[in-house]
Amino acid sequence: MSGIRIAAPKTATPGQVIELKALIQHPMESGFRRGSRGEEIPRNIIKIFECLYDDSVVFQADFFPSVSANPFLTFHLRATHSATLEFRWTDQHGVESSQKSELTVE
Amino acid sequence: MANTVGFAHAASTQLDDTARSLFGDAPIETGRVTVKMPPIAENGYSVPIDISVESPMTADDHVTRIAIISERNPVATIAQFHLSPQSGLAHVSTRIRLAGTQDVLVVAEMNDGSLWSATTEIVVTLAACIIL
Repeated sequence: MSGIRIAAPKTATPGQVIELKALIQHPMESGFRRGSRGEEIPRNIIKIFECLYDDSVVFQADFFPSVSANPFLTFHLRATHSATLEFRWTDQHGVESSQKSELTVE
Repeated sequence: MANTVGFAHAASTQLDDTARSLFGDAPIETGRVTVKMPPIAENGYSVPIDISVESPMTADDHVTRIAIISERNPVATIAQFHLSPQSGLAHVSTRIRLAGTQDVLVVAEMNDGSLWSATTEIVVTLAACIIL
């Protein structure tokens, strides 16, 4: 897994609610499609997305086959202190991909 | 249909059964949930959905979970989101697949256990039936 794109502000004021956007390139193969010779294309999806703020999970999304390819999420976070934001995806085999972003609150 | 079920046109047992399996038997009220989707989606592969839930998102009163449930997709649960007071705002957007014209049910669970919902009808012209 690769191709992560994050949109997160670098700075915020204390108590400010910030918008976070996270996208990862992934086929999200549903397991219901068939190939050109009629063979089943096996399911290959991301199961979990987590956003960690200062190492604790503040937002989690559970994905199922009906989430579009290259899953994209917009969600929010109340900025309370300067810390690292980590965006982490886990696929059905337990393989993780993540990216970090620093948030300064002042 | 029992009047404990909040969403009026719960003709679809898939919506009802899935909501029950995810959230248990508590009554599901209509309201507090706003869902924005295009009324007509030309492509069922990728339909934008924007969900917001009325909540102050404080430690005493916040949304803990939001689920998107499909009436017709082969896997009824589309996605589920877990929120916390740290979220600040109960507002989530993503893109989903829809296997044809159907109702989409969004259920939000509050920290007091109450359940709120909105049902949105969407017309899908290129149904993602086989191609989902």
